[in-house]
Amino acid sequence: MATSVTAPMVGKILRIEANPGQAVEEDDVVIVMEAMKMEIPVVAPANGTVKAIHVEVGQSVEAGEDLAEIE
Amino acid sequence: MESAIISGALGLLDGVSHLGLGQVVMMAIGAGLLYLGIRKGFEPLLLVPIGFGAILVNIPQAELMAEGGTLRFFYDFGIRTEIFPVLIFIGIGAMTDFGPLFSNPRIIMLGAAGQFGIFLTVLLALALGFSKLDAVAIGVIGACDGPTSIYVSSRYAPHLLAAVSVAAYSYMSLVPLIQPPIMRALTTAREKQIVMGMVQQAPVSRTTRILFPIIVTVVASIIAPLGTPLIGMLMLGNLLRECGVVERLKLASENEIANIVTLLLGLAIGGTMAAEQFLKVETIMVLVLGLVAIGLDTVMGVLFGKGMCLLSGGKINPLIGAAGISAFPMSARVVQNEGQRYNKKNHLLMHAMSANAGGQIGSVIAAAIMLSVLRGMGII
Repeated sequence: MATSVTAPMVGKILRIEANPGQAVEEDDVVIVMEAMKMEIPVVAPANGTVKAIHVEVGQSVEAGEDLAEIE
Repeated sequence: MESAIISGALGLLDGVSHLGLGQVVMMAIGAGLLYLGIRKGFEPLLLVPIGFGAILVNIPQAELMAEGGTLRFFYDFGIRTEIFPVLIFIGIGAMTDFGPLFSNPRIIMLGAAGQFGIFLTVLLALALGFSKLDAVAIGVIGACDGPTSIYVSSRYAPHLLAAVSVAAYSYMSLVPLIQPPIMRALTTAREKQIVMGMVQQAPVSRTTRILFPIIVTVVASIIAPLGTPLIGMLMLGNLLRECGVVERLKLASENEIANIVTLLLGLAIGGTMAAEQFLKVETIMVLVLGLVAIGLDTVMGVLFGKGMCLLSGGKINPLIGAAGISAFPMSARVVQNEGQRYNKKNHLLMHAMSANAGGQIGSVIAAAIMLSVLRGMGII
């Protein structure tokens, strides 16, 4: 079952910490966003493998937008 | 001829012979402020000019704060007249997006709770024997808002100005150290982990954004007229930002005006740090009470947050109460970090921003209310 990693708030993608195919555990950082001049680590909601990353570094995202998928 | 050369050479040593221990200590304190600003990144925009001003004013025989002195000119022109802090407020208004307030109006109340430290500290300062006006100036450090503290202190207790402004600005940058222990101590493990979800940012109409600064100014100023210069300029700056037709004035307010005034304000405050005025027990008491004030703000904010948590059936994370102070956006960032420390999936930043924006308005209104109450009591 695939779960989405969603943006917790409006902001910009600063770094991508996990690549497609990589195994991640719950609470591992997948993407680091920047909001209000602050780094916001976005973590994996569950254990699994990164299936896809939907965003690029520098991209602006809205709150709730899908950033990545974990399977 | 020889004697003339010798007296001339001695003239160069004149400064050294007048250098007292107090001045050396103050220059070291000035250097310490420079260190905090440059190496530690604590409010460098203010601490660099303040620290340098403190060194300048303690150079013997240079008389920078004497009648006609360079720093004295900036002090008389900008601080005695209260014009610098008021101008800074236009810049802050132009820089602040009060949008987060509209997305969750309930949370604004935390911005009021975060001001109780001011009043509690005034009582504490009175109990310690400070005069009424001095107590007011000290309590306002709890507004955690530099320009408000400088405004109140320059008006009612100018002899404390240096201590009050150094306290206000250094504690503002120490918020990330002062707040977390208090937040941790006052909340339960379950409360710390409450997830508040995403902030639904309802689109706020331009009309609302334009009416907001005007209405706040009129209502707050009628309740507390003595705060009108502060709240009025803050809201004017915000109106310049939101009305969308005076981009140039908005840019000038948040850049050139704010930068020039910050530089001169910092220098002039540094100028008040002459050894004979600063090296007193009173200064240490002001610094300690200022720290207490910000601590009490945090305590009251978090306790109020716990009350809201209870009333909302556990939907509000009390940690966001700590963002009810005016240190914007530092304390909202502290809340985000603390929230994520206990639950990596928890993002409280945007909720805390609402409280923080409330705190920014709340601190000005709290100071204004206090002044109006004191005037009502015949104290000022």
